[in-house]
Amino acid sequence: MTNTFNFELVSPEQKLISEEAYHVTIPGEEGDVGVRAGHMALVMSVRPGVVEVIRSEGGAKEKIFIAGGFADVSQTNCTILAEEAVPVSKLNHDKLTAELNHITENLSLSDSDLEKISLNRKLIVVSAMLDALKG
Amino acid sequence: MPSLKEYRTRITSVKSTRKITSAMKMVAASKLKRAQEAAESSQPYAKAMAGIVSRVAAGVHGDGGPKLLVGTGSSQRHLLVVCSSDRGLCGGFNGNLVRFARNEIRRLHAEGKQVEMICVGRKARDVLKREFSSLITDTITGLGTRGRLAFADALKVSDLILEKFNRGDFDVCSLVYNQFGSVLVQRPSTQQLIPFVVAANQNAAAGSAPYSFEPAEDVILAELLPKNISVQVFRALLDSAAGEQAARMTAMDNATRNAGDMIKNLTVKYNRARQAYITKELIEIISGAEAV
Repeated sequence: MTNTFNFELVSPEQKLISEEAYHVTIPGEEGDVGVRAGHMALVMSVRPGVVEVIRSEGGAKEKIFIAGGFADVSQTNCTILAEEAVPVSKLNHDKLTAELNHITENLSLSDSDLEKISLNRKLIVVSAMLDALKG
Repeated sequence: MPSLKEYRTRITSVKSTRKITSAMKMVAASKLKRAQEAAESSQPYAKAMAGIVSRVAAGVHGDGGPKLLVGTGSSQRHLLVVCSSDRGLCGGFNGNLVRFARNEIRRLHAEGKQVEMICVGRKARDVLKREFSSLITDTITGLGTRGRLAFADALKVSDLILEKFNRGDFDVCSLVYNQFGSVLVQRPSTQQLIPFVVAANQNAAAGSAPYSFEPAEDVILAELLPKNISVQVFRALLDSAAGEQAARMTAMDNATRNAGDMIKNLTVKYNRARQAYITKELIEIISGAEAV
């Protein structure tokens, strides 16, 4: 048996990654989960955080930020459904801080429930992005 | 009979119309290609999502499931989400959809159900409000930036649906949209969103492997179902957007061809009138000469 498995990262708009991977760390709702080939079948929900992908044994870690979603793991496959995905290297600390302030400001001004829901969602994502940069 | 000058102006105006329609056709064709690509690239996510939902749903037994899955226990109040386009000039695209929606509303009324509507896109609202203005609760227009739909646009629609559902405004929610069959065929169709319908073949696939869930099934489900609704809405919007461009392309192609026919006819008439005019003048000259 090969020690790699098929790893897919898809967003609603497109398929982002589809390749062989050796080890993937998924930020699960109830704690991080490391996945390797032959992992038990698992459906889990994913919190906004960083997915770490190692493509081959001893290879370098590739960090991708995802804005939450779900993961579907089987013996030979691992599919992550992410609402949004950005490589951590492309995140910009200053821009994110500015955005965070902007959202907080809007949130205090907004009076409709619908707007608050979507702003809150953004708030969680952006603060998770900032956390990802620190880590 | 119109004068020669009138014919000339009509020919020029039809010619410039033809130029516009043929340009619109080109634009629609390239937008169609982009819309189709977008619809295609959203497939993997929708498929994976459907797989997960049916797997999780298969693990939930009895009536204990969340309301989004099992329904409210009644089917009295319906919510229709009618997805049309914002712009016209796309043949029967919106007309067919509106007619379909109208029949659907009449059918539900005949069964004694209550109906509410959310209109997505300006065109459906403009027509439906004449007849059913009291049923339209919300209208969402101007989705997509520069013709490109993002998932966030679908979230706007699904958030509204979920908010209404949580308030207990309706029992059953269906999408009414134009399904993209091919460039020539867009089929108005409905799709039920709430309660969730597990497709038969997905059910069969679900039983194959024992899955574990983290967190527990019902917790995942409570998160998964709203997201699934967003995905379904997104897919319908993309389908509808591709259909709109396809319909516009066909309509503009027809218009261009019609303009060509019209120009041909007008040119024949113009030439005939010109000849008649020349003949008349000749006759006048000759008979004038003879009279001298």
